[in-house]
Order: sequence, then structure tokens, then C-alpha cells
Amino acid sequence: MNVAELQKKLLAAARVNPPSDNVPYAFEERIMAQLAAKPTFDFLATWNRTLWRAAAPCVAVTLLLGAWTRFAQRTDSSRETLATDLESSLYLPFDNSTETW
Amino acid sequence: MPDSATVERTDAELIEAVLGGDTASFEPLLKKYQPRVFATARRYARRESEVEDIVQEVFLKAFHKLNSFRGDAPFEHWLMRLAVRTCYDFLRAHQRNREMTFADFTDEETDWLDHFAAKPADASENAAAARELVEKVLALLSPAARLVITLLEIEDRSVKEVAALTGWSVPVVKIRAFRARAQMRKCLEKLARGKYL
Repeated sequence: MNVAELQKKLLAAARVNPPSDNVPYAFEERIMAQLAAKPTFDFLATWNRTLWRAAAPCVAVTLLLGAWTRFAQRTDSSRETLATDLESSLYLPFDNSTETW
Repeated sequence: MPDSATVERTDAELIEAVLGGDTASFEPLLKKYQPRVFATARRYARRESEVEDIVQEVFLKAFHKLNSFRGDAPFEHWLMRLAVRTCYDFLRAHQRNREMTFADFTDEETDWLDHFAAKPADASENAAAARELVEKVLALLSPAARLVITLLEIEDRSVKEVAALTGWSVPVVKIRAFRARAQMRKCLEKLARGKYL
């Protein structure tokens, strides 16, 4: 059997028999009714959509902050960080042993 | 003087009215184009309930995305692009990778194939069996292959038109068409192997 010829024949069969363009009775009314109906508020769908929309900016902010922190640590010439500054300020009264009350 | 209700409004006027909030103006557009959309959907779905679902989705999408219609091309082209893409989504969602054997053919289809094998020139393209057979073979193809074969080979559209309808580039359409023809030939070879090859 010549498969190429069979392929041509079958495609010709599909060409000479186009599908019907019949429309079911009152189909347009069904669509118009759907369009006219007010959409019901779906809380879960809205919440889900909001979370998905927020995901990309959150990831972007996290990456930016991470990069900034890393970059700031590398370029900071003074070894003192905010944490050590805070610690030394807090312990300053205890460290000052010469002063007595 | 013609009654204002009987004056036929152009597509552009109707679209403008819909965008202005007059939902009812969508109905004439719906009535005018639904036969074409039904015919398109019937090329990709066999069950009538599936066809109706596709057409419904096309028109609902058209209504909600109407503000993205710029009016550079006729509304019909825009709508058909939407219809073809919805049909493609349908094919992808309902992809069935099933094998087909001779056992799946009806007696009429087997007779038509026997007749074709004996006298290829005499086998009629108009036979119902040939129509059914091509439907079954197309159902075996991948969604992209089926879409490209339908648009290029069956609807006789140009590569450029297919590119515009599908949103693929011209080289992509050409490559997919080449692969689709090969895929279809392979399916037919597989079917014919046991009995005719």
C-alpha cells in the first residue's frame, strides 16, 4: 500500500467534507444569559489570586535585601556591626568597673 | 425612513457599544459569527457537548477581552484567532496518547482501506468511511501536529495565515508542518503494516 497516497486521499476526504456550521437552538441566548449574570464573589479565588500576585514582588524584595546585606557586609570597612554596637552599648554600665555607687 | 432597530450596525459600532457598557450589543456579533466558530470547533472536537463548551469559551473570552481588540484587522480575524487558540488549548487538555489498531476500525472503514489497497485511484474521498478514518487518524496526532495539518492541509491556508492564527512564527509553522506530515505518515504506516505492508 502506498502510504503517501493514502495520506493524500484521507486529507482530500477531510477537505471535501467540511464540518457543519449548525448552531444549536438558542445558543446565543445561553451565552447572553451568562454574560448578563453578575459574577459571584469567590473569596477563596480572590485570596488565591492576591497571594499569587504578591509572590513575585516578595521574592524580588527578598533577593534584593539578601544581595544588599551581602554587599554591605563586604564593603563595610569597619569591623563593628550593628549587633556589636548594640551589645557594647548595653553592657557599657557593667564593663565600667571603676565606678561604684 | 428605516426603523432604527432594523438598521444593521457595523462590527465596529457594535464593539464600541459593548465597550461602552451595552452588553446586549454583543448578541448581533454572536449571531453573526457563531456558525463559523462552530464549524472551526467541530474540526477539533467530536462530541457535540465538547464543541459547545469550546464555542462558549471562545465567546466569553471574546467578550472579556474585547478591549484588547485594536480594530486594525477585521473583528472576524481576531475572533478566529481566539477560536483557533481555544481549540488548541482544548486539544492539549484532552490529549490522548492511545494506540490504534485494525480492531478499532468499523467494517466500512476496513472495506474502504481494502478497496484503496487494491485500487487506490478508485477509492472515493467522499465516502463516509474515509471521513471517519481521517478523523481517527487525526486524533492520534499530537495537538500541534493536528492543528497545523488541519489549518494547512485541510483548510488550505497559507503558512503566513497559520502563523497569524496560531501566534507561532513562520519558521515554526514550517517546521511543525514538516513534522506533522511525517507523524501522520508514521501513524498510517503503523496501521497498514500488519495487513498491507
